[in-house]
Amino acid sequence: MFSNLDFSVVSNSLSYLFFEGMTFTLMLTAIATVGGLLLGTLIAMIRLSSLPVLPQVAAAYVNLMRALPLVLVIFLIYFLLPYVGQWVMGASRPIAVGALTSSIITFTLFEAAYFSEIMRAGIQSIPRGQVEAGYAIGLNYRQMMSYVVLPQALRNMLPVIFMQTIVLFQDTSLVYVLSITDFLGAASKVAQRDGRLPEMYMFAAAVYFIISFTASRFVQRLQARTAIVR
Amino acid sequence: MNYNWNWGVFWAPSPDGAGTYFDMLLAGLQWTIVTAICSWLIALCLGTVVGIARTTGSRWMLLAGNAYIELFRNIPLLVQLFLWYFVVPELLPVQLGNWVKQLTYGAFYTAVIGIGLYMSARVATQVTAGISALASGQRMAGLAMGLTKAQVYRYVLLPQGFRVILPPLTSEFLNTIKNTSVALTIGLAELTARARAMQEFTFQVFEAFITAAALYVALNIVVTLLMRYIERRMTVPGLVAGG
Repeated sequence: MFSNLDFSVVSNSLSYLFFEGMTFTLMLTAIATVGGLLLGTLIAMIRLSSLPVLPQVAAAYVNLMRALPLVLVIFLIYFLLPYVGQWVMGASRPIAVGALTSSIITFTLFEAAYFSEIMRAGIQSIPRGQVEAGYAIGLNYRQMMSYVVLPQALRNMLPVIFMQTIVLFQDTSLVYVLSITDFLGAASKVAQRDGRLPEMYMFAAAVYFIISFTASRFVQRLQARTAIVR
Repeated sequence: MNYNWNWGVFWAPSPDGAGTYFDMLLAGLQWTIVTAICSWLIALCLGTVVGIARTTGSRWMLLAGNAYIELFRNIPLLVQLFLWYFVVPELLPVQLGNWVKQLTYGAFYTAVIGIGLYMSARVATQVTAGISALASGQRMAGLAMGLTKAQVYRYVLLPQGFRVILPPLTSEFLNTIKNTSVALTIGLAELTARARAMQEFTFQVFEAFITAAALYVALNIVVTLLMRYIERRMTVPGLVAGG
């Protein structure tokens, strides 16, 4: 049953898999986490503000993104970006936007919706008295947010944010649909070139499992350590 | 923008010969719904079993349940589908493997099994959480009345536990619907795949994807309303856990 498996295909392509593939996967995960968290925090603050219209727009954006499958959004933004680029730059024809750029923008926009829900919960977990105390000692909105509310919200939500990052790390494999050489894309290309699909996909699954499992264990330890004793 | 909008394209005949492009998308929606429901049945059954196993108090069952959940939660869904589709048939005995590879609806069966198992790990954590959320006196009172352990679960813990976790289960079902789109990579012609095909045939990118997106949103709303109705019907009057 396992006799015709030949794992030498894995050891022969290790440098391609990790230096080309995994590097992109990790870069996409990092950029989308940081970008998504910043944009998501902004969306959460807008949703909790008393501005006119904008909170509803932000809520509509978040609900729409959360209702759509990521694969569909990857395709939609990939085809939409050339036209957006044309409109922004005032060019006469749609601009070529590469699959790599497109995937980075897609994941940042998509994850922002999920991170904004996490940050909204985080901000709402801060007692009202903290906000009032901040205003009472003369802070303005920006100072109150950046010195009082957001640091605490971020700390409370840190384990959830890391868990979402692990989900994001796994979801980046979906850039496969744009034929990008992420870790899975690299494994798939080698597999098809050498006709060794079982070996490559089993190896890819093992690598994803080890990284995600180790990271989630780390988050559980972190959760125990950073919990604020009340 | 010099994009040529042409919403009339939906009434043009599609190359699959089965009707218009709109019919093509609707057929995709049907595959999405059927795949999601079949996967969800697997996820609910296995997830309930594993979720219960983690609450029985047996250390061995807890470890096995945790291992199951970690295994299915820490591998991307796309990789899991590839494992079921490309790897498992190769590891089976040759004749059985060939039979599996020649199945007419191979992509559909693979998607149902793959997404079902993937979601079952998530359902299991919810079921465990639901049962653990109940007061421990419930279990003790059931046992004290002379119910067997199985009866305690059947008549005391599960009916209450499931009511507690109905809202998170709703969002897990919505995730199942969204996850069916990943199956386009193994050739399942569900909604996203049909939108992609329509875009390739007609070059009407935005009509295809915007309509597909609208259908997903509509499906979301229908499921959410349906689950809210079920939640209301299931509420036990006067019970905090029930409503």
